[in-house]
This record gives sequence, C-alpha cells and structure tokens, in this order.
Amino acid sequence: MSLKRIKPLLAVAFSVYICFFCNSSFAQETPHHEAASTEAPDHKKEEKFDVASTILEHIRDDHNWHLWGHHSVPLPVILKTDKGFEVFSGAQLVDEHHEPVVYNGNYPYKSFEGKIKIVNEDGTVNEEASKKVLDVSITKNVASLLFTVLLLIIIFVSVANAYKKRGVTSAPKGFQSLIEPIIIFVRDEIAKPYLGDRYTAFMPFLLTIFFFIWINNLLGMVPFFPGGANVSGNIAFTLTLALFTFIITTVNGKKHYWQHIFWMPGLPVPMKIFLIPIEVMGVFIKPISLTIRLFANMTAGHILVLSLIALIFILNSLAASALAVPFTVFISMIELLVGFIQAFIFAMLSALYFGMALEEHHEEELVL
Amino acid sequence: MLLEINPLVLPDPGLMIWSAIAFFILLFILGKFAWKPIMKAIAEREKGINDAIATAEKVKAEMAQLQSDNEKLLAQAREERATILKEAKDIKDKMINDAKEQAKTEAAKIMAETQQAIENQKMAAVIDLKNQVGNLVVEVAEKVLRRELANKPEQENYIKQLTDEIKLN
Repeated sequence: MSLKRIKPLLAVAFSVYICFFCNSSFAQETPHHEAASTEAPDHKKEEKFDVASTILEHIRDDHNWHLWGHHSVPLPVILKTDKGFEVFSGAQLVDEHHEPVVYNGNYPYKSFEGKIKIVNEDGTVNEEASKKVLDVSITKNVASLLFTVLLLIIIFVSVANAYKKRGVTSAPKGFQSLIEPIIIFVRDEIAKPYLGDRYTAFMPFLLTIFFFIWINNLLGMVPFFPGGANVSGNIAFTLTLALFTFIITTVNGKKHYWQHIFWMPGLPVPMKIFLIPIEVMGVFIKPISLTIRLFANMTAGHILVLSLIALIFILNSLAASALAVPFTVFISMIELLVGFIQAFIFAMLSALYFGMALEEHHEEELVL
Repeated sequence: MLLEINPLVLPDPGLMIWSAIAFFILLFILGKFAWKPIMKAIAEREKGINDAIATAEKVKAEMAQLQSDNEKLLAQAREERATILKEAKDIKDKMINDAKEQAKTEAAKIMAETQQAIENQKMAAVIDLKNQVGNLVVEVAEKVLRRELANKPEQENYIKQLTDEIKLN
C-alpha cells in the first residue's frame, strides 16, 4: 500500500525535476545566444557584409579548397608563362586571413577573384603580362572533377564486376539494382528514340556524359568537402562537354545533314540562300545553348540557395533562419530534381543532335 | 569585352583542359571496363528474358494444340463408340432374329416330325385294330359257325350275345 502511494509522488517529483532542468538549460543558453548575436554585429560593422561578393566567392573557382573557418586545403598551382612551367602551393597566394597576397615566382602573382594575375611593383594588375599566363592549376573545380572521375570509376567498375560475378541470368542486387534502371533509362529514353538502331555506338558517350554531369550536379549540392565545388555550374566545364557533343555531331554528319545546312532541299532557291546563314549559325548555337543551359541552371540554383542562407546575415537576426532554412531545404530539393533533369537534357539533346547528323533520306521518301 | 563584365561567364582555359582530360579518362576507362560489360550483360539478360517469353508462348500454343487434338480424339472416340454400340445392337438383334427364325423352323420341323410320328402310330394302331377286328370277326364267325351248326335259336342268341360283347369292347 505504501509503495502505491509513493509511485505517483515519485512521478510528480521526476516531472518537476525535468521541467526545472529544461528551464535551467534554456536559461543557460539564452545569454549565450545573446552574446553571439551581440558579437556578430560588431564584427560586421568592421567589414560590411557584401552579399554579392560572398556568393560569387562560393560559386567561383579557387586555388584553395575552403573547409571551415580558417582551415582550407591548399591546392597545387600550375602556371605556364613564357618562362616555362611553375608549380607552387595555393597557400602561397593567401595570408592567414584568406586575403590574397603577392607571391613572387617567375613573376609577382596575385589572385584576383580566383584568377591569377601578374602585378606590377605598385600592386596594380599588369593586364598585358597576365594574358601570357596559362593557369592549369589543380583548382577546387579540377580537384572535384578528379574526385568525381575516381568516384564514377569505382561505382561503375564495381557494378560491371557485379555483372561478371553474379552472371547475367540473376536479378541485379544492391547497388547494381540502383544503377541498372538508370542505364536502361538512358538507353531507352535518350539513345533509342533519337538514334534508332545505331544507338550502341553512342551509348558509352551518352552514359558517360549523363553520369558525369549528374554526379557533378549532386556533389555541387553537398555544401562541405569533398563536395561544394561548383563544377557543373562552371562555364568552362559545360563548354568542354558541349564541344565534345559538337565535335561528334560534326564528325558524324552525313550528306543529308550538310545538305540541310547548306542547300535545304524542297525549297525555292532564294529561300535556300536565305536559310544558309541561319542554319550555319544553328550549328554553333546548339552547343552554345547546351553550354549556357547547364551552366545557368546550376549556377542559378547555387545562387538561390546561397542567397536564402545570406538572408540570415542580411537581416542580421537568428529568427530569419526560421524562414531561410526551410526555403533552402525546399530549393535544395528542387535542385536535386534539376540536377537530374539537366543531366538528362544534356544527354538527350546530345543524342538528338547525333540523330540529326546521322539522319538519312527520310523526308524525301515522305514527299514522294 | 562584354564577356569580361563577369568572370563567371568567362571560360577558364585551365579548367577546360582539365575537364577534357577528365572526360577522356572517364570515357576511356568506363567505356572499356564498365559500359561494355554492363551493356553486354543487360542485352544478354534481355535476350534471355525474351527467349524465355517466346518459349513460354510456344509451349502455350503447343499445349493448346495438344488440347484441341485431345478433344478431337475424344470426339472421334465417342463417335466410334456410338458406331460400335450401334453395330453391336444390330448384331444382337440380328442374332436374336436368326435364333428366333431358326427356333421357328426347328419347331416347325419338330412339329412336322411329331405329326408324322403320330400319323404313323395312328396308322399302326388303325392297322393293328383292323387286324384285331378281322381276327375277332374271324373268331366270331368261327364260333357262330360252330353254334349255328348246333342250335339255331341258341345260335341267334349267342350271336346277339357276342355282338353285345363286341359293343362292350
């Protein structure tokens, strides 16, 4: 009987204790936050928070891979000038506060917004000399690119080995079963509809470009090392891939393809002449559109996410995170989708251009 | 000059070179060690599945064919059974009829024979009777003749008596 009476008492005591404990912990935290928020504006007052430059700094390439705070991975800088190649650490280009400083190699170098320039004695940029510098450094983007290459090779060679090990008659298992539908998707939705029976020759290119873009898009979404590099949002990267598509299209162009560009069949002669410059421009606009589409989509996504996060610092209040963080999560979800869609569109349009280049006399048959 | 407004849209040649190298490495290694075996395996599996489906279809068709064959055979068997039964019935009827006919003729024959026998017996009996009657007549005539020779009225009486006896006989 006495035990039964004690039980509720114990429960009450315990709950009161918990409430008290919670309150005390809140009480402990509140001043801490206040301290942090009072500290921040002081810091900001010293150097005004520039949203645009901060975002651009995150988006652009760099010679050091920033980890957190004052920690970063220095990356090798490789420069080719008229005095030959030159290799030094990216750490040489910045001081301990990550401010760019002059490094005296063959020339005095300084990094301006991630691009290495030659500076004069007085610290101004020597534009004339800078043009001779070819920067082939392992920058943040290049390092991320190489990491992606390694990741893709590990993933797909292991998947290929799974086929060898498990045989072709058994159903795919584990990672294999995740990858196989995507490969079949690329084959059935990208290659086959545009390339018909000749799809097999282009499958390696389409699969590589699709997974290369996709994994770079996904890694770009990861905000910390080894992600965070904006590779697929860099115009150099997208331009290179688009150039491959352009070269393959041009090399594979059949008579019919060139005829459509330079002497459109089935039209009056003035119209044919009128169409020549348009069609020739079209040949180059196609890869440019590929370049800009991927670049702009990925960069826009990054800017959007960073802007939402920057809201907290612009409004200078922790309360803004209540709005900014859910929005960031929402936009990130959309970006995941966009990352896939952009990889799909790039591969699909590549397949479409290859298909156009390979096309034989279909329309003439239709006219007859 | 327009492109130099923002370094973002200015492609960096270094990164382009590295992108090209990375892409070539990827295309070469994946093409050789990943895409080729994977595509081959997928194609083989799909071929296997298609073959299996085709085989199943074929077996199904064969089964249907077999079933229809069976039904045909069954119908044929049924027909055959009916004809056999009909034939058996006919044979049975014929046999019964034959037997009946035979029995009839046999019976007729027996009857005829019997009648013949009866006739013969009758004839024999009649002949026998005739003989006896003859004998009796001769005996009676003998006795009458003997009596007549002795006594006339008595003779007559005796004759009368004799004739009565005959009547009794």
